[in-house]
Amino acid sequence: MASDTLNIVIGGEAGQGLVTVGQLLAKSLVRSGYSILVTQDYQSRIRGGHNSFAIRTAIQNVLAPGEAIDLLVALDADSVEIHGDQMPPDGVAVADAAFGVHVQRCLQVPFKQLSPARYSNVAALGIVGSLLGLDEGLVACLTGEAFGRAGAQVAEENRRALSAGYNWAGAQEVPLPKLPHVSAVPERLMMDGSDGIALGAVSAGLKFYSFYPMTPSTPIALNLAAWSDQMGLVVEQAEDEIAAINMAIGASFAGAPSMVGTSGGGFALMVEGVSLAGMTETPIVIAVGQRPAPATGLPTRTEQADLEFVLHAGHGEFPRAILAPGTVEECFHLTRHAFDLAQRFQGPVFILTDQFLADSYRAVEPFDLGDLQAVDPARQEALPPPPYRRHAITESGVSPRLLPGRSEHLVVTDSDEHTEDGHITEDLSTRRQMVEKRLRKLEGLRQEVIPPDYQGDSRADILLVSWGSTKGSALEAASKLRKRGERVATLHFSQVWPLVPEQFTKHLEGARRVACVEGNASGQFARLIRRETGFDISEHVHRYDGLPITPEYILRHLSLQGLKEDEAWQMHKKR
Amino acid sequence: MADAQEKVMIEDYGSYETAWCPGCGNFGILRAVKQALVASNLRPHQVLFVSGIGQAAKAPHYFNCNLFNGLHGRSLPVATGAKLANPGLTVIVESGDGCNYGEGGNHFLAAIRRNVDITVIVHNNQVYGLTKGQASPTSLEGFATKAQPNGVLLEPFNPVAVAVTMRAGFVARGFSGMPDHLAGLVQQAIAHRGFSLVDVLQPCVSFNRVNTFAWYRERCYEVPEEHDPTDQQAALRLAFETGDRTPIGIIYKNDRPPFHARLPVLSRGPLVGRDVDRATLIEVMEQYA
Repeated sequence: MASDTLNIVIGGEAGQGLVTVGQLLAKSLVRSGYSILVTQDYQSRIRGGHNSFAIRTAIQNVLAPGEAIDLLVALDADSVEIHGDQMPPDGVAVADAAFGVHVQRCLQVPFKQLSPARYSNVAALGIVGSLLGLDEGLVACLTGEAFGRAGAQVAEENRRALSAGYNWAGAQEVPLPKLPHVSAVPERLMMDGSDGIALGAVSAGLKFYSFYPMTPSTPIALNLAAWSDQMGLVVEQAEDEIAAINMAIGASFAGAPSMVGTSGGGFALMVEGVSLAGMTETPIVIAVGQRPAPATGLPTRTEQADLEFVLHAGHGEFPRAILAPGTVEECFHLTRHAFDLAQRFQGPVFILTDQFLADSYRAVEPFDLGDLQAVDPARQEALPPPPYRRHAITESGVSPRLLPGRSEHLVVTDSDEHTEDGHITEDLSTRRQMVEKRLRKLEGLRQEVIPPDYQGDSRADILLVSWGSTKGSALEAASKLRKRGERVATLHFSQVWPLVPEQFTKHLEGARRVACVEGNASGQFARLIRRETGFDISEHVHRYDGLPITPEYILRHLSLQGLKEDEAWQMHKKR
Repeated sequence: MADAQEKVMIEDYGSYETAWCPGCGNFGILRAVKQALVASNLRPHQVLFVSGIGQAAKAPHYFNCNLFNGLHGRSLPVATGAKLANPGLTVIVESGDGCNYGEGGNHFLAAIRRNVDITVIVHNNQVYGLTKGQASPTSLEGFATKAQPNGVLLEPFNPVAVAVTMRAGFVARGFSGMPDHLAGLVQQAIAHRGFSLVDVLQPCVSFNRVNTFAWYRERCYEVPEEHDPTDQQAALRLAFETGDRTPIGIIYKNDRPPFHARLPVLSRGPLVGRDVDRATLIEVMEQYA
């Protein structure tokens, strides 16, 4: 173990039960009191190929994914080949003796003797549980919960395989230190970004969700569908993304807080609907989980290259807000914030995540759901004096909103330019007033902007700027640099639109060097900052190979003169 | 429905200046739909119109009612979402053949499959009027326009046959030149619980010199009384009669339950105005522990 964190990677083919075992191991760690951060790397196929499930764990909060593998669990021979160069000299591999792999510090496991082949993934879980020092009863209990529905015999076979794994590993001499014991186990949930968004949405009052399946956003829909009857939501799989967003707009117009979730290609189909929400001033929350593009790109990998797309999506001019969570907790809280903004400013609000965060399980403190407010468009304080005009021109640009069929007042809106009462018009002076009315709402949105988070020395030699899911990697890279005596700071944006330069320009100007860290090839966020502030960020750390940005990646790509290189990133210099 | 003592009058639905050409078939449809709403005893605030883009899609602006006039081709998903949010609303889609059968074709199929309880009135004039005379999905083969100078090469779309084949809840064909008859069809379509299609044949006086008022009048005849609209095979035979004799009336209907009635969550009332059940939400969260 190179530091106080342990990086465990389970590698194998799709269909080997790798995610099941990964989730069980992750949950066992969480239940034992450890923090986790999961990175899932999978291919766009149902069987075969190479997938990996990486769990970085520690007692303290794990901020970012890591590259060096302390414990590799190879469910196939290729995994040793593929991940071998990520293993430091003290790393340990666990592989089937039958693979015949010859690497140092590899536990050759006689899986054939431990369990029937279809349960060997659970036997592997038993081995890892034993190596880490996890309580067998706890792991067995979780395994039982996971397989309980498959019938008594399957559950029993799994229990036996787990036990065989524990017993076999217990008898081995393994040069891997056990995890430090946690005496007071805190109450933690294991959630990924999609779970956080789904839970946040329901707590905020979501009543209608429509979608067309697309990686990596589908899990939001699957969560919501699982709870729909309990929580009283309608979750509808639409015929296409165009239908999905138009359905959600229709539902929202009629008074159900609504949301859609998709990824770049699906969002491309929704774009006309975004403009419709802007024009008809209909609240809608749109979750876009980014993945590498253009076109179908790398469907199951990660990227941050749709910032400019989401920022500019939709013809014409209308206000919007874009929130970019950096953690699972932020997925929850910012989704709630998105519902609030969408209702109050009556238009589209975005949650911009990516595959890495969507699929990244973390140990999360339970949310205090008891007192959280929910939006309710049916709650109308006072009826405006008649005649009701849905698009009444106001100082703030926000018009009193009533719902159709809930009173004698008629609610009329149009995708065409319209009068205050919502009817189609070609009166050009009305047009000018309506454009100005809609854009005035941006002022209100600006008042609500979440300021970027600045951490570190006030006059830094190096300032790392980041947004969205790269938050933890930037923080950890900064902390590594600080340990080497660098004066370093981070400036992280959880909201990327609107930007309020007064909140952060001083930080950019105060640093000797500024580097923008983002998961795309052209520096979209750095360009947005220049557009909004005139400040030209001169250094860039970009990643666009489909993998998440790690702290090591940032350190490798900063030109660090005179800095002694750490083993962890020196080893991966070629990667 | 309105209270018995407050009878709904046609004046409740207002009277507006329109953007239509003199002699347009839309006028007959507008009158028929107003008559149907009055006959259904629905008050304006109980009705939500949803329309797309085109001259037909402007029709709901000439009613005093709730209206969402959305994008070209997308009225069906908007109507679906609104109906699911508040099943108490009477939701009527009014748009043209290009909007519903061309740009919105996928939604047309999906809305029939869902059997959403909405009434879809399609102004079918077999041409694109607002964009000045291009072929529509229902234009006849050989129909020549500036965009199709050699005539339309595609087989015309037969919405009624498609709807019958897919077991749409209620399928009717009307004619704008017979507004009283049409009003009866629309009234029955509104009363039907499920997806109701009223495909309305209408002339376009500006851009369709083939399918004129006289052309339709010559061909349209009322569906014979002995026709059993619950007989899908008989309905298909009528649906395919689109040549020299075109039957006008209720072609097909069934009693498939509407989509919203099959969603357990809506048995507790509409989505709109519903609270978040905190205790259940905490249970949901604890599944992640």
